[in-house]
Amino acid sequence: MTLVEYGDFECPHCGRAYPIVKAVQQAMGPRLRFAFRDFPLRESHPHAEHAAEAAEAAGAQGKFWEMHDRLFERQFALDDEYLIEYATDLGLDARRFEKELTAGVYAPRVREDFRSGVLSGVNGTPTFFINGVRHDDSWDLEPLRAALEQAANAKR
Amino acid sequence: MTDTERPAQSPLPAGTRAPAFTLASAPDRTVSLKEFLGRPVILAFYPADWSPVCGDQMALYNEVLPEFQRYGAQLLGISVDGVWCHAAFAANRKLHFPLLADFEPKGAVARRYGVYRTGDGFTERGLFVIDGDGVVRWSYVSPIDVNPGADGILRALEALVPEARPA
Repeated sequence: MTLVEYGDFECPHCGRAYPIVKAVQQAMGPRLRFAFRDFPLRESHPHAEHAAEAAEAAGAQGKFWEMHDRLFERQFALDDEYLIEYATDLGLDARRFEKELTAGVYAPRVREDFRSGVLSGVNGTPTFFINGVRHDDSWDLEPLRAALEQAANAKR
Repeated sequence: MTDTERPAQSPLPAGTRAPAFTLASAPDRTVSLKEFLGRPVILAFYPADWSPVCGDQMALYNEVLPEFQRYGAQLLGISVDGVWCHAAFAANRKLHFPLLADFEPKGAVARRYGVYRTGDGFTERGLFVIDGDGVVRWSYVSPIDVNPGADGILRALEALVPEARPA
């Protein structure tokens, strides 16, 4: 079972989806593989692009998910100095992190995620895909969980 | 069947020469299709400024603009709203592409492209990708309440300008 989210770290709806996804992951355990892809809406969310690049930069040091969680939990504080603070908190090489963030090292990767989202029919954030099929129904806990269970049963 | 009973015409298909037009993009500015000869043009007809789905659609295109620009393509939004309405809408949504007013005679350009809804008095959610020679290469109409997204546009541009596709 694969759940893919196209999301934006500054998007309030994604912030609301964050604990829901966590709950679904907890309920389904290792049966569920969850992937997060960047879909920063840069025109509406001025910090979204750098936040996405920060998660990728943390990922390059083996801490993508830790940064992903931190960004959603601290969605109200996404200025660059906070991003660097989070990197330090997570025990990353903050100097490398800052250098890569400033140089936009992961910008092409974020763009590629965005582009793949557009080509898959992502119209806004968050957009979920269950086993490659866009989930257009509600992503509240119960409907999302029901859709995942249904997809799991269909597979058997 | 009379004109008023017909919900819509059908959009000009691929291979058709794109009808020329000149429309106001601001109180003191007009835009003509022929200005863009030599590069692809995306025409996005939409029913109205401010209606929720259109807002999302235009906001999405605003975000995808850098991808369109990779192909050298110019995006033009078109509805029957007037220039002052467009100006307020574009400022509110911080749009970085022109919105054209198919306002007088109302819907004349939309009719030529086959995307005017006579009974409703506004246009379909119709998309056209026009090549650098002024020929329609792709067209699509989505249900009026569904954001058609940008995947079809990107695929059409990719077919037109394959060398611009990112590695």
